[in-house]
Amino acid sequence: MRSSTFDSTAALKGCATVIARLKGCATVIARLKGCATVIGLKGCATVVAAILIGVTVAAQTIQINGAGATFPNPIYSKWFDEYGKAHGNIRINYQSVGSGAGIRQIQAQTVFFGATDGPMTNEQLQQAPGKILHFPTVLGAVVPVYNIPNVTAELKFSGPVLADIFLGKVAKWNDAAIAKLNPGVTLPAIDITVVHRSDGSGTTYIWVDYLSKTSPEFLKKVGVNTAVNWPTGVGGKGNEGVSGLVRQTPGSLGYVELIYALQNKIAYGSVENMAGESVKASVQSVTAAANEAAAKMPADFRVSITNAPGKGVYPISSFTWLLLYENPKDKAQAKAMVDFMKWALSDGQKYCGDLGYAPLPESVVKLELAALAKVKTS
Amino acid sequence: MFGALLLAIVCAIGYELIRQSMASIQKFGLAFWRTEIWDPVAGQFGALPFIWGTLYSSILALVISTPIALGIAVFISELCPAGLRQPLVFLTELLAAIPSIVYGLWGIFVLVPAIRALEAATPEPLRQLPLFSGPPLGVGMLSAAAILAVMVIPFSSSVSREVLKSVPPAQREAAYALGATRFEAIRAALFYARTGIVGAVMLGFGRALGETMAVTMVIGNNPKVSLSLFAPQYTMAAVIANEFTEAADELYLAALVEIGLVLFVITLLVNSLSRLLIWWMARTAKPSMTAEPAPAAEAA
Repeated sequence: MRSSTFDSTAALKGCATVIARLKGCATVIARLKGCATVIGLKGCATVVAAILIGVTVAAQTIQINGAGATFPNPIYSKWFDEYGKAHGNIRINYQSVGSGAGIRQIQAQTVFFGATDGPMTNEQLQQAPGKILHFPTVLGAVVPVYNIPNVTAELKFSGPVLADIFLGKVAKWNDAAIAKLNPGVTLPAIDITVVHRSDGSGTTYIWVDYLSKTSPEFLKKVGVNTAVNWPTGVGGKGNEGVSGLVRQTPGSLGYVELIYALQNKIAYGSVENMAGESVKASVQSVTAAANEAAAKMPADFRVSITNAPGKGVYPISSFTWLLLYENPKDKAQAKAMVDFMKWALSDGQKYCGDLGYAPLPESVVKLELAALAKVKTS
Repeated sequence: MFGALLLAIVCAIGYELIRQSMASIQKFGLAFWRTEIWDPVAGQFGALPFIWGTLYSSILALVISTPIALGIAVFISELCPAGLRQPLVFLTELLAAIPSIVYGLWGIFVLVPAIRALEAATPEPLRQLPLFSGPPLGVGMLSAAAILAVMVIPFSSSVSREVLKSVPPAQREAAYALGATRFEAIRAALFYARTGIVGAVMLGFGRALGETMAVTMVIGNNPKVSLSLFAPQYTMAAVIANEFTEAADELYLAALVEIGLVLFVITLLVNSLSRLLIWWMARTAKPSMTAEPAPAAEAA
């Protein structure tokens, strides 16, 4: 029932497109008629045969559908593609519709698995018809990006200072709080333009989760969610919207995913961790954060690793999760999915580096393999 | 037959919107329409900033686009040499075929920096006015209105041109026969076609109300009611597109659907008002002046 909401709201906008498409269809049909005459009977027979073969092949393939977070989409696509090449009879479709939509769809059982950047809440888990398990798949990080005219030095930030900037309390770049973290850098007396995400996003979730942990005031006034009520600033749509605004607006400060900053060669600042070190986000410093968390990993893997303790840890890191029912209806799909997960957690991790994700630490993989055994495949 | 089907579809959409937004309607009631808070964390939702942003940006867009669209229509139908007419018609209509995401990207990379420079160059005394207050960000109401104006022009100018074309030649000839100048003859033609032109403007208004992608890319997406042209604001269509995919809890989702319902109601109201206006104009016109009913705004 929930999924139909989208249809009704989109319907208004969709009408015009549909009409345009219908016109297009008519042309296509006219062309097809033309084709049929040209190809003749022989051609037809081939087409029919091809369709029949297609149907019989499809019957043997196991098709698994999933939906959810956009953040891990590049590596999930890579995994499903590579795994599909090695196992011709398994086809996994993934739609990166957003974490919230992923959670809604797995609750409604319209997909076999979901994916999310923020763990499901207790209420969300209770609303589902069966027990849902969380499996961390890879790690990501969120980095502060900025644009200050005539400043080339790499800036250092800390959680409380970032929180105060995003609360609108620190409004100028030459504020004493920022200057204290960056001795030797001459900062101009211009306004800070805060840039945040306008669309609901796992990136926002990780960012505000970190700010809320380091600033009680931020937790009280803003809180943690995929979309929040920002006290200040402008909203850009997607990572590209935020980075576009930051690049153009002198004096701006925003946040984007590490992969996005790496792939687009955007300069980003380092952030002070709990050990008092100023750490720049990298594959190593993000995996280090997960390593710290592994020791105290809860049985259901629903853990936030922002502001993790320890040396060399980048504090704005997070897992991204894949969601599976403990007792799925379709056992053939369940078996295939569990096999895939075992592959993704071991061999699959080697694709992380190229795509800018941090791989899971060994200790977490071990725990997950044990948890995977709980999924009922028969 | 098709008319009835259309009516049924509209009713079904209305019913579905109400059904899906029940949780929010029950919790917030009519206060939803006049609350300025949009806080997904605390579960507090109000549509006022979005209603304001949508109407403000659309009306501003009409203020900018109507004179230009009318100018184009008059030039093409009355003044332009015959050889230039077809290419000009083709070019204006080509504007309508550009996808809104392309407009949005153009907005981010070309329009917004230009508007920022313009805002930064605004003299200090003017900046004291509420209309021009706030820092020069570039993204904000002015950029949104400008981009909407560009998107609306092909619609209102094409329809206006068609309406002007349907003005009987006898009208113009009569005007000239009475010794009217060219300007006065055009004015007479415009007056004759006024109901149709209002319809054309309303069609553009409907388009502006529902535009999503290009607007969200340049408006700054900040749900605060502000009179300032420089302030980042938000529209109804934009918030639905932005937050729908990540809205996981029941009330949040219902509130977003209710925004859709509000947009639906406002679009209906605007269309009905424009119908009434056209009907009233046609009625008050002298019998000889009655134009045929104009194509009113149907776009949602």
